[in-house]
Parts: sequence; structure tokens; C-alpha cells
Amino acid sequence: MTEDILRRILDPAGRANPYPLYEELRRTPVYHAGEGPYAISRYHDIRALLHDPRISSDPRNRTDSVGDLLAGGEEEGSGTLPPAFLRLDPPEHDRLRRMTNRPFGPPHAPRRVDSMRPELDAIVKELIDGIGDPGSIDLVEQVSYPFPVTVICRLLGVPQEDESRFHVWAETLAANLDPDPDSDPVERAERAQSTRMELGMYLAGLIEERRKHPQDDMLSQLAAGSGSGSGPGAGSGFGFGSGSGEDGSLSTMELLSTAALLLIAGHETTVNLITNGMLTLLRHPDVLADLRADPGLAVPLVEELLRYEPPVQLLPGRTTLADIEVRGVTIPKGANLWLVLASGNRDPERFADPDRFDPYRKDVQHLGLGSGIHSCFGAPLARLEAQTALAELARRLENPQLVDDPPPYRQNAVLRGPRHLRIRCDGVRK
Amino acid sequence: MADSALEQLKRDGRIVVVGASLAGLRAAETLREKGFAGRLTMIGDEPYEPYDRPPLSKQVLLGHADAAHTVLPRRRDIGAEWKLGVAAAGLDMAGRRVRLADGEEVPYDRLLIATGVRARPWPNQAEAELDGVFVLRTRDDGAGLARRLAAGPRRVLVIGAGFTGSEIASACRERGLDVTVAERGDAPLVGALGGVIGRVAADLQRENGVDLRTGVMVTGLEGDSAGRFRAAHLSDGSTVEADVAVVSLGAVRNTDWLAGSGLGAGPRGIACDAGCRAFDIRGIVTDDIFVAGDVARSPHPLFGYQFLSLEHWGNAVSQAETAAHNMVSESTDRRPHMWVPAFWSTQFGINVKSVGVPSLGTEILVTQGSLAERRFAAVYGYQGRVIGAVTFDNARWLEFYERQIEITAPFPPPYDTVDRRPEGRHPVPADFPDPSVPTHGPTITLSGYSPADRRMEFTPAGH
Amino acid sequence: MLRLVVDLNRCQGYAQCAFLAPDVFAMHGEEGLLYDPQAQAAQRERVVQAAAACPVQAILIDGPDLAAGDAVGAGAAVDG
Repeated sequence: MTEDILRRILDPAGRANPYPLYEELRRTPVYHAGEGPYAISRYHDIRALLHDPRISSDPRNRTDSVGDLLAGGEEEGSGTLPPAFLRLDPPEHDRLRRMTNRPFGPPHAPRRVDSMRPELDAIVKELIDGIGDPGSIDLVEQVSYPFPVTVICRLLGVPQEDESRFHVWAETLAANLDPDPDSDPVERAERAQSTRMELGMYLAGLIEERRKHPQDDMLSQLAAGSGSGSGPGAGSGFGFGSGSGEDGSLSTMELLSTAALLLIAGHETTVNLITNGMLTLLRHPDVLADLRADPGLAVPLVEELLRYEPPVQLLPGRTTLADIEVRGVTIPKGANLWLVLASGNRDPERFADPDRFDPYRKDVQHLGLGSGIHSCFGAPLARLEAQTALAELARRLENPQLVDDPPPYRQNAVLRGPRHLRIRCDGVRK
Repeated sequence: MADSALEQLKRDGRIVVVGASLAGLRAAETLREKGFAGRLTMIGDEPYEPYDRPPLSKQVLLGHADAAHTVLPRRRDIGAEWKLGVAAAGLDMAGRRVRLADGEEVPYDRLLIATGVRARPWPNQAEAELDGVFVLRTRDDGAGLARRLAAGPRRVLVIGAGFTGSEIASACRERGLDVTVAERGDAPLVGALGGVIGRVAADLQRENGVDLRTGVMVTGLEGDSAGRFRAAHLSDGSTVEADVAVVSLGAVRNTDWLAGSGLGAGPRGIACDAGCRAFDIRGIVTDDIFVAGDVARSPHPLFGYQFLSLEHWGNAVSQAETAAHNMVSESTDRRPHMWVPAFWSTQFGINVKSVGVPSLGTEILVTQGSLAERRFAAVYGYQGRVIGAVTFDNARWLEFYERQIEITAPFPPPYDTVDRRPEGRHPVPADFPDPSVPTHGPTITLSGYSPADRRMEFTPAGH
Repeated sequence: MLRLVVDLNRCQGYAQCAFLAPDVFAMHGEEGLLYDPQAQAAQRERVVQAAAACPVQAILIDGPDLAAGDAVGAGAAVDG
């Protein structure tokens, strides 16, 4: 009997190249074995399910015992943080996401991300300036990790000198997203909860500080609209354009949960997008040369990268609210679904020549940032960060070469990316 | 063996497109894309190259965009001869010629008719000509109305609360202008979305400060001695004093120029088959005349092959592409036009989207969210199946419901969904007005089964 | 000048365009989109970014191979 394909996908031994495994998985578009999840691997099926209101993101709807453990506490004072919007359904999801978006994006803060462009350029420039020996670069350590971490810290208002503390929390929580069949789910859930609580306590201190001394950062702005005493959010001038007035305010616990989610997501995803991007460019020197000649190519290139090497490979946490039929298979109510985004992105039913990396591809409507109501909250920032970093790296690194191919990977199958990316080059241009 | 006649057509044939708007442009681009290398003539009655109309009732009235800046982007060069500012005035089917208003005759091998619709005018011509009385359909209409709104009128009267009228009222309120909306139906949008949703739209208007009058007709427009509009008289005996009146009573299909031509054209549009080929008045399909866009009425397999006329942006694009493809294809390579009706409207800060044919629905069920919160998805049921859907600020779920319509899924939906509220447990009557009572411009018109139906009913000017 | 149109049937309000080119695209409410159908030439780079980032690929801008002077005036004219 062949070993279960989902186990092989989770096995770190296959991390460097999971795409043949996905190809195998796609032969059974609705894969299910034993007590395991239903894995969906075809583009059109994944896309349909991402927009299907019979699918929940709230683990409390799972019929197996894991659901409640994953969900986190429901009430303030229960000793745990409530679930963040990632693991909620409407209307709670929509309300929290709208409120979180108020200081981040349109319609209330339409220029926030756009106005960060000069800062992004400067951070990347400084990091590349700081590369010491061009013959021995670890891109992860020197650029792809510190860049998004610096950005998310400044955006949220988290002191970067605390990085070593929340780095550990972020790693633990990212690992918890990874469905590990060999670990005890109760133990994992407890570890995750205690880590979230520690992170929450840390953030609570910061938020207290920001309430007293507000800065121009998202924590201050989120804190200003939360906690006891503050009424419903202010209306936006003349009646319409917001509709958020009735959203009320974020409770302190909701705020902590949300801030923790943003900090982790800001940490654990873009790093992989940038690293996967550079790795892909180094494997496609012709494209790297094109990018060096035309930095504007970074724009379509990052979209193709989100298709070809998405930083979030699969969404393991969805649940059916009803019996639903996919390709003739009935998935029962309460079942756990895996939506394997990275497989859908390589589905030949959807993309011509899907295993070819082609930044000139005209049709690149990928699943790399999800789709539907849970599509990536930080997407515009992730895009700008990856475009900026890759264009600048292509311009400045002289004759870069991969030292290890494949590089060593982090264990995580969901948030997949190299742990280190060692590069050797002849020099670093000014 | 290749059809040499088709090859010859593609190489050096003559294709004429009457109607130089969205459908005409996209058809022309598709013709070129499909390898048509012959002579292409674009005829349009307005003096402008193809422009986009939806912004005219939104960005343009808000002052965010100039009406003259709505020219449509091009997918490719179309290498066409343009005859703009001159309307088509007649069609000689036997001689394969289009006659223009200036007397010129333009011969064709294949003809595409995409003449669209025009705003239904105010029925009293003298009143319609008062200064300050507008319709909104063209770029010139948009520019004129935007200018007038920018001048700060005391009050704007919108006659008719269909989508366009509601968007105009929304723009006025956003500009801080007082606005009265007079609607003969019981609520805004009832013709397209029914009374349940219409009541939500009515609340939205009133909450945003619109003086909404329903169940009334405007019986007359009054001018001052200088010929300026100053007041309107309503059927309930009241008078509304305003500086601007916008007549928003739906559309009239531009088929007058085809009278007597022998083509199956009338007030309900031009009947065509699923492949966009026009029928003649005998109900026989032509093979050289094609139709696309708002002026077409074509049978739809998802809706019992009833003939549908769709005043929808997306339909214009899709039908134009299909018609163009079929114009330069072998009969076996032709495709049917199977677009699922879909439209959108932005009003009072809410994004309204719909798929399918809600107006066929007899019942409605709010499957997600809540009407009171103005964030919801609702489905319409007809004879036990899902026939249409509407969302208010819930667009990301709509493609699911589109699929439910396509697979003729059962109604009421037998499954649970996220965000199901108590109001979503039982369907209620969708409450569409009696179809024999005209409403203000439903955007989908069902027009029976026969392409050559001569029992044309009188369509009263719907004010 | 750069001509553009958004297929608002496709649009699902992801707002990527409004994040990336806020002078051309603006959210009107939580989900509705308003845009300037004729953007300034200086906005081209941002509009291209917005079009590339659109998750439903709803933004159409003038084809790159179109001559800038492709416009047609009133009356008869030949383009291309």
C-alpha cells in the first residue's frame, strides 16, 4: 500500500519540491482516506469552495474533537484569546476585518500603503547595503526576513528591538497552522493557546502604552477605537461611504487577537514570498536578467510567483456546514477540508504549461492570496514588498549564484519556504 | 475543405457595425482578433468614439470624472472606417445596404446591429424642452447634468426610481443637494428586484435624506416665463419645486430605423437566435445580419428559451464577442450566447449586485446576512428552483449563487450557510409588481417565445 | 492620458487597485468601486500595478501597442 499522499505532503523530506505530490493528488480531485480531511486540489473546485457559503472557517463547526481546541476561547476572562478573523465566519469575521481595515486601507485609509513606498525602498536599500561578504549571503537572514518584519513592526508600532521575543512566538504559532498527524492535537492546541496568551500579554502592554501616548501606527489607531468607554465608531461625514458606524468598537480581547494575527501573518508569509522569488529567479537566470533590465517586470513577476510558488500552500482549516457534492463525491457536513492552493495553481485544467515559470503569462489569476472573504488581508503590502525587494536584488547583486539547490527548508508544509538561502555573488552594486 | 466563401469574407469582405458603443467596439475588436482582415465600418449616431456609460450616473455626477473622459480603452487597433455623428436611417436587406441619415449608402457582406437603447423621453415634448429637464443616457446628457448639479440647484427632482434614478439621487445627496424622487411603484428598484428588496432600497434612500415619494406619478412639469423648469405636479395633488428634473423612466430600443426593412425589429428589440443571428419578420433566421447588446432579444436556455432583452453592460460585451465570432465562423464553429444575466449598481455607499433573472422569482430567501443591516445575499425562487440572486455588500458570495442558477438548484436551498439569520429560515413572496403595470425600467425584459410575435402590446410611457 | 475601464460584474471589492493607485481608484463604501476612467499619464505605473494585482482581472487599460493618437474625431476618420 502506498503511503497516504497527504502524509507524504506533510513529510519534511518532500518539502523542497512538493509539486509532483500535488500532481499525484490531483488525480483524485477529492481525496479522502480514513479519518483524514477531504483534500481538494483542482483549481476550479478550490475557487468554488472559497466562495461557497456552505464552507466555514470556524473550527467550532467541525464534528471531530479538534474543532473546539483550535477555536480558542470564546469569552473574555476565559484565559485565552478569542479567535481572530482568520478563524471566524460572517458576521463576526466581516465586522472584525472591517474594523481592522479602518486604519489600514480604503475606504478610510486609502493612502496608507501607497505612502509606505519610499519607506519600503529605503529599508530594502539599507538591508542590501548591509550585506557584508558578497561571497556568502544568507538571503533569509539578511533580507527576506528582516524586511517584512521591519515593515510590520513599523506599521503596527511594535518595537523592533523586541524581535527576538516575538520571533519565537511567531514560529510556534506558524507551526501550529501545520497539520502534523504525529503530534497530539490536545498538546498542540494547548501550546498554541499559551503562546497566543504570552503574545497577547506582550501586545497588551504595548497597547496600554499607545493608549496613553498615541503614535501614527495601527496599534494606536486600533486601540483608539477599542476598549471600554468608546462608543460606536464615528460616522464618516455624510452618511454613506462607510457603513461601519454600527460595528461598535473592538473589545480589548478582540484587539489583542487581531494584533497577534497581523504580527504573525506579517512575519511568516512575505519572507517566503521573497525567498521563493529569489530562488526562482536564480533558477531562471534569463528572467533575472530581464528583471535587471526592466524593474517594472517585478509587477507581473510577483503575480506569477504567487501562482508558481505561493507562500501559503494550503488552507487546512475549512469545514462543511452541509453535505456538499464536489465532482460526484459527497463531503459530509462537519468534515475538515484542505484547500490545496499551490496545487490548484499548477492545475493544467486551468493554466497552460503550469509547471513553467513565466512572468509574461497573460492569464495568471492565481490562488496564491486566496479568494473570497478570507483573501489575504495584507495582500497589497505583500505585493509591494516582494516587488521592491526582488527588483532591487536583481539590480544590485552581481552575478548571483545559488550555493545549495535545493536549499534547506523550514518544516512547515502550509507556510512553505527555505530556512536559509545561501547566495554567492561577485559584488553588490551601489 | 474550407469554406472558400468564408475565407474570402475574412480576407476582403465588408463588415458594417451599426452602433459605435460598448457592444460595437468589442465586436469590432473580436472580429479583428478572429482574423477578419477586410473592410470594417463603424457607424454611430453620436459624434464620439465609443465611451463607457456606467460612470455617467456615478463618478461623473459626483464630479470625480469628466463626462468627456469616459472613452473606452481599446484591446487592439481595429483599423475601422468610422462614420460618427451620423445615424443609420434604413436597411435594404435584399441589397445588403445600410442607409445613413445623410443619404449615404454603405454596402455590407455581414452586418452587426448594436444600436442599443435611448432614454425614454418625457412624453410631453414642450415640458421636456424646459431648461433644467434632463434625461441621462449619453455623454452629453452626463456633462450637462453634472454641470447643473455643480451649480448647486435648490432641489433636484428625479422621476423614476429604477437603478439610474436611484444612482442619480445618491449622487445628489452625496453632493449635499436636496432631492425628491417620484416613483409610481411602491418602492425603488421594484421592477428589477421586487418589493422585499425595494423596501430596503426605500429605507436606504430615506435614511440618506432623499424625499422619496412612492405610488405617485408626475403629471406635469411647469416652467417659468423664461422657459426654466421650476416645479412638478404630482398625481397626489402635491407640487415639488425644483430647479432640475431628471427623467429616468427607462429606455426605448433604437429600432425605429429598421421599420419596414423586413427585419424582426420592434419596440421590444430585434429578435435573434442563440447565435445572435437576426430573425426577419416571418420568423426566419437571416444569415448575414447579427445583433448584440441592449437592442437584442434572444432566447436563453436557462430561462426556458424565453426571449430576454438585457440592458446589461456585461451582456453587451459577451454578446458582441459571440456575435463577432459567429460572423466569421463556419456554422459548425458557431457558439451560442449563454451569458447569465448580471448587473451592478452603487448607490448610497452600498454595492448592489445581481445574477440571473430575479424578476422571474415568486419567492425570496435571505440566505446570508440581514436586510436590516444592508449586508446580505438573497436568492429568488421560481417553480422550485433558484432563478436569481442579489447581494448588498456581499459580492464575493455571488458566484456561488450564479452556479446555483446554472445548475437549476432547488429552491428553497436545502442547505445551511454561514451568516444565516432567523429571517433566512423561510422564503417570503418576492413581491414583484404586476407585470402588466409598467415599472421604471426593469433591466431585464421577458418578451415571450416567438421571434416574430406581432401581438406587440402598447408600452405606455412609464411615468 | 491612459484610458481604462473596470468590469464591475467581475469586481468583488478586493480593493487592491484602491490600495495601489489611490489617485485613480477609490472605494465608495466597503465594496463599491469608483475610478477615473481617464488617468493621468503619471499614474501609468500605478495603474499597471493595480491591473496586475486585481484578483479577478477586471481592469482593462489601453493595449500597449496602441498608438497614443488612436483617437478618432467626429465625422469620418480612419484609424489603425
